[in-house]
Amino acid sequence: MSNIPSELKYVTSHEWVRNDGNGVVTVGITEHAQDLLGDMVFVELPEVGDTVSAGDDVAVAESVKAASDIYAPMSGEVIEVNENLEDSPELVNSEAFVGGWLFKLKIADESEFDNLLDAEGYANSIDED
Amino acid sequence: MTNKTVLHAKHLEAGAKMVDFYGWEMPINYGSQIEEHHAVRKDAGMFDVSHMTIVDVQGVDAQAFLRRLVINDVAKLDVVGKALYTGMCNLEGGVIDDLIVYFFSNTDYRLVVNSATRVKDLAWINEQASAFDVAITERPEFAMIAVQGPQAKAKVATLLDAEQTAAVEGMKPFFSAQAGDLFIATTGYTGENGYEIALPADQAANLWQQLLDVGVKPCGLGARDTLRLEAGMNLYGLDMDESVSPLAANMAWTISWEPEDRNFNGREVLAAQRAAGDQPKLVGLVLEEKGVLRSGLKVITEAGEGVITSGTFSPTLGYSIAMARLPRSVAIGSTVEVEMRKKLVKVQVIKPSFVRNGKKVL
Repeated sequence: MSNIPSELKYVTSHEWVRNDGNGVVTVGITEHAQDLLGDMVFVELPEVGDTVSAGDDVAVAESVKAASDIYAPMSGEVIEVNENLEDSPELVNSEAFVGGWLFKLKIADESEFDNLLDAEGYANSIDED
Repeated sequence: MTNKTVLHAKHLEAGAKMVDFYGWEMPINYGSQIEEHHAVRKDAGMFDVSHMTIVDVQGVDAQAFLRRLVINDVAKLDVVGKALYTGMCNLEGGVIDDLIVYFFSNTDYRLVVNSATRVKDLAWINEQASAFDVAITERPEFAMIAVQGPQAKAKVATLLDAEQTAAVEGMKPFFSAQAGDLFIATTGYTGENGYEIALPADQAANLWQQLLDVGVKPCGLGARDTLRLEAGMNLYGLDMDESVSPLAANMAWTISWEPEDRNFNGREVLAAQRAAGDQPKLVGLVLEEKGVLRSGLKVITEAGEGVITSGTFSPTLGYSIAMARLPRSVAIGSTVEVEMRKKLVKVQVIKPSFVRNGKKVL
């Protein structure tokens, strides 16, 4: 069973969301997701300034095995992307919940937090896979 | 019913992620397939290839039978232990499988064929053998470990006894020798030096552990695929199958057209295809920008469309490479386009060989 930190929120498409406060969230993909994908070779990130809606495909994680769309878990504006992934995409594998983060959003609507899963809910969603 | 090799427990012990590979539960990686790939290019790695099928062909007609069965000519083999890569075709000139033939004498050969094609291969071989005085014997009692990389031979050498050391002394590439209980061949599927070692199944776990102890890294099917693709070696089922001519699969070099009276299976069809020059060809593709070429993607050229047969990210080169079947008139060195994730990307056409002995060759 992979690690699912309890302080984060999740969506069933395997993104995690960390509430950084002041309407900012950090987004990445879960340890479970990187394990399914295998070694990451390229990560295509959104542009800073992009406006995204929850459910949009906004990034691509390309691993040795497959190219996989990454969806915005919440609506908002992209305010920062993880430039370290340009040279070190393997951070998504080795530090899925820390150094392997993908982008930060200034969220448009706090109520969208209600649509996210907690750790237990996400764990259950994986079991159903 | 899932088959397990005799090394299954050793894989789990090493933290392998296991997957189903045509009915065999095999390691895909032991953590990072890219690290495993680099181990083989820079040091030494090992693969459990016990799922592959070993078939001995013996009898007074063994040579005559193989001269019919495979597209290369085993009569060219005259040094004991010599190995030959080739294919066997059906009567329509399609590739039933690719294989290695090891020569011991005109009445004694060993074949190593793919595991995914085992059932149909054995059926075909036995059917074809019925007209000849030969015995076809599968050897499931052997396990097989491939040890590959620039340090592979030196690391294996530390484990051999005097008799075995003498047996492998000065062995050139594509040879084999029986050394005590070990059948050691200088063959492989990585583009590096090394051995493929067949041995009695009950000794395999011990050899695996000894290799681990001298620093040989266990490698899974994931690394095996990126290594063979960099080396420009075909994978049966992707780069060719029964609907594909060896002429369209970069296997023309494995066909012996001389002597003209050798009537190998598929000869008539292949000779006509060769005369017509109308078969597509298998080439290499290189994408230097971001993205990974994948099997099944469409290739667009001025001479018509083609398809990527296998593609991957090349850990050695740091960008994506592929093999593709394209119209014959597409020139090596030209630029073509691949339809990838809704957009067209430009790729360079090269000969299908990317990395050999740790070095870029394109």
